[in-house]
Amino acid sequence: MSGNSNIINLTRLRMEGVTKSFSTVRVLHGVSFEVGVGEVLGVVGENGSGKSTTMNIIAGILAPDEGTMVLDGHKFLPPNRRAAEKTGIAFIQQELTVFPNLSVEENLLLGRAPRVSGALPFISRKQRRTRAMEFLQAVGLDVNPGTSASQLSTGERQLLEIARGLSIDARVMIFDEPTTSLTNKETERLFALIRRLKSSGIAIIYISHALNDVLQLSDKLLVMRDGRVTFHGPKAVMTPEQLIVAMVGRSIDALFPPSRGTVSKREETPLLELRGVSEPGIVEGINLKVTAGEIVGISGLMGSGRSELARIIFGLDFHRQGQIKANGASLTSGDLSARLRSGMAFLTEDRRHEGLMMDASASENMALAALRSFSSSIYGRLQTTTLKPALKEMAGRLHLKCDNIDTSPARSLSGGNQQKVVIGRWLLCQPKLLILDEPTRGVDVGAKEEIYALLAVLVAQGKGILVISSEIEELIGLCDRIVVMHRGCIVSEFNRVEFDQKKILSAAFGRAKAV
Amino acid sequence: MKTESIVQILNRILRWSPLLFLCVVAIVFTILSRQFFTISNIQAILVQSSWLALVALGMNFVLLTAGVDLSVGAIMYFAAVTVSLAVPAASVWVVVLVAMLVGAVFGGANGLFIVRLGIPPFIATLATAFIGRGLGLFFSGTQALYAGARLATVGRESWLGIPAVIWFAAAGLLVSLALMRALEFGSFVRAIGADHEGSRRAGVPIARVTWSVYVLAGAFAGIGGLISLAQTASVSPAFGLNAEFLAISAAVLGGTSLFGGRGSVWGPIVGVVLITIVQDGMALINANPYAYPVTTGIVIFIAVALDCLRSSLTTRVERKQIRVVEPASA
Repeated sequence: MSGNSNIINLTRLRMEGVTKSFSTVRVLHGVSFEVGVGEVLGVVGENGSGKSTTMNIIAGILAPDEGTMVLDGHKFLPPNRRAAEKTGIAFIQQELTVFPNLSVEENLLLGRAPRVSGALPFISRKQRRTRAMEFLQAVGLDVNPGTSASQLSTGERQLLEIARGLSIDARVMIFDEPTTSLTNKETERLFALIRRLKSSGIAIIYISHALNDVLQLSDKLLVMRDGRVTFHGPKAVMTPEQLIVAMVGRSIDALFPPSRGTVSKREETPLLELRGVSEPGIVEGINLKVTAGEIVGISGLMGSGRSELARIIFGLDFHRQGQIKANGASLTSGDLSARLRSGMAFLTEDRRHEGLMMDASASENMALAALRSFSSSIYGRLQTTTLKPALKEMAGRLHLKCDNIDTSPARSLSGGNQQKVVIGRWLLCQPKLLILDEPTRGVDVGAKEEIYALLAVLVAQGKGILVISSEIEELIGLCDRIVVMHRGCIVSEFNRVEFDQKKILSAAFGRAKAV
Repeated sequence: MKTESIVQILNRILRWSPLLFLCVVAIVFTILSRQFFTISNIQAILVQSSWLALVALGMNFVLLTAGVDLSVGAIMYFAAVTVSLAVPAASVWVVVLVAMLVGAVFGGANGLFIVRLGIPPFIATLATAFIGRGLGLFFSGTQALYAGARLATVGRESWLGIPAVIWFAAAGLLVSLALMRALEFGSFVRAIGADHEGSRRAGVPIARVTWSVYVLAGAFAGIGGLISLAQTASVSPAFGLNAEFLAISAAVLGGTSLFGGRGSVWGPIVGVVLITIVQDGMALINANPYAYPVTTGIVIFIAVALDCLRSSLTTRVERKQIRVVEPASA
């Protein structure tokens, strides 16, 4: 504990030239960094910059393609998470692995409970209690080890995970976005604890979108962009603004359809209007308008409430306060069918689980939402004579690349074509307002371009589009207006002329609009 | 925040609902029939409950891992047939051992299909249920078989003043308690049921534990079949038919969740007693015999509805928060 100014020079973990590809896409291009004994390394980067992949490699969840890792002078390549833990890597993920149906002590020492004697499998409750108390005290979590973990707050669950890290004798502790669901008090407590851990020699890797926190806590910084390290060194030389510059700074590709010019501000009823929409713990005081012929983008980091807001707008989740109007008519919270009747359509971000029937054909998938309008009014018998040509025409309009739209299962299509099928499904319903959540995730460049062009045609026809995306360039290329969300609130709004990647990103990080 | 705490209070009440429910039903029958709340009737209820208690205790392990075992009825039948044919005159303990082994081997096969081949438990055990009953029918020649004289007396005799079959059920309960509370096995079982992916990340030996719960369910069903054989003294082709559904219902009535992870060791016992009380009470008040299954069905329906209500309340409490509301004092 004493003399930590001396030990700071020892390298605890070094990563060198690590690369990683998923199928054909390379996500890490030679990542190198090091973190010393009793040092805090702050890691920042946009979504998809490769931070998580890097951490998963350290924690044994993913295997690197190339490159080496050295832990305390020994070569280190954990085959799985358990092996990484045994060598002293504790990974406190954003999604905590606390079992709410187990007690605090069961969680803390799961799989490592002390035995009555070496030979028998019986656990010693007494010893488990003592050991649990010891680690809970070390992190300052003042609960009875026997209580159910379901009674812990998020902050307390995090402390429990840190205690688990201590119980495996961690040498490196990785925190991924630890403060997103903590109160200010809990955050302060966490920071104090991290400083204590650091002074005991543990190397800390701290990933966060909260730049002020990172600057406050870390000794060194690692900035990543597109799977590359853009900055690695002592924090003293960086300001928040320089950090943001290191994080962004990509050229915007010529993927996007030419600007349609500013929309004429016609005074008409908006297709969608939100006034003071709030749901405790999720979103607060959301005001938003989408008019005909307009593409509005929602930017924000993961966990900013973007997708949750979309679900509330579409009535998949409830909201407690505020008003949602479509074409001037009020919509009840959670009334999905009223939204469908008013011409609203929603493309979820989770195509695989919520959007597509993977084993059904492209035709079946596309027809799904419009079946009612292709049925005879009395018996609801399907009018195949009108449905078939409509599907064929839609497939043509979408430039769907598919062997046979009636027989090829959706599973066999590429990501881009799957997304087109989902878009086609909603277009058959003749929607007035389309809500798209991450419309180009997992979509290749060519298909992206086609989707962008399609959206441009749709707004030209007078439809309204609300699009949510993690990619700021995408929103800048596509939208007439961008609103930025942070911690469940809309923190700023940009018109097309004011679009600036850095400003939008700053807002998303919760910093003031003017940088 | 206030509404959340109401949800939590409701959750706590629902946790005790099986026992409350049992008390309410018992009180109703006590009022309706003077014979209900007597020592002899209570003993009769426990004697009638014992075979199902064993099967439900075994099923409970499986349900806690979010699995299901539809083959326990067939295991009961197959074990009873094996015992009657192979060791008709053996001593009680040999017979118990054989029934348990037959059940465990059967359960081990279930576990292998589920763990190694990745077949969903519902399908795997549905298939083995048909296989087990088919094999039993084949070996018995579809004839009713009779229990050996030694075994048949066990169904009637008492040890230390308590009916022998109750001792068997009590032993089953003790073994369950030991497994779930004194070994890490218990934590593993509940962890797997609550969060399969999380358990993998936490290093829980998922394959071994999952296999074990089906072995246990099989062994318990084997002994359950033996007890039932001792009581009825014969095995007809319909022996143990639908026992899996009674066992699942009993476990759920006792507060075990069909969604996995939640439930106690005592729960299935409460559930079994509740089911038996309903049947016993209906008989005491001379209800139309055709009304028995209807009443049992209604009781089960209420229990499952409560389980679903509890699960949705739990997800509400556990819902991820984006905006953290500071406590008023902070």
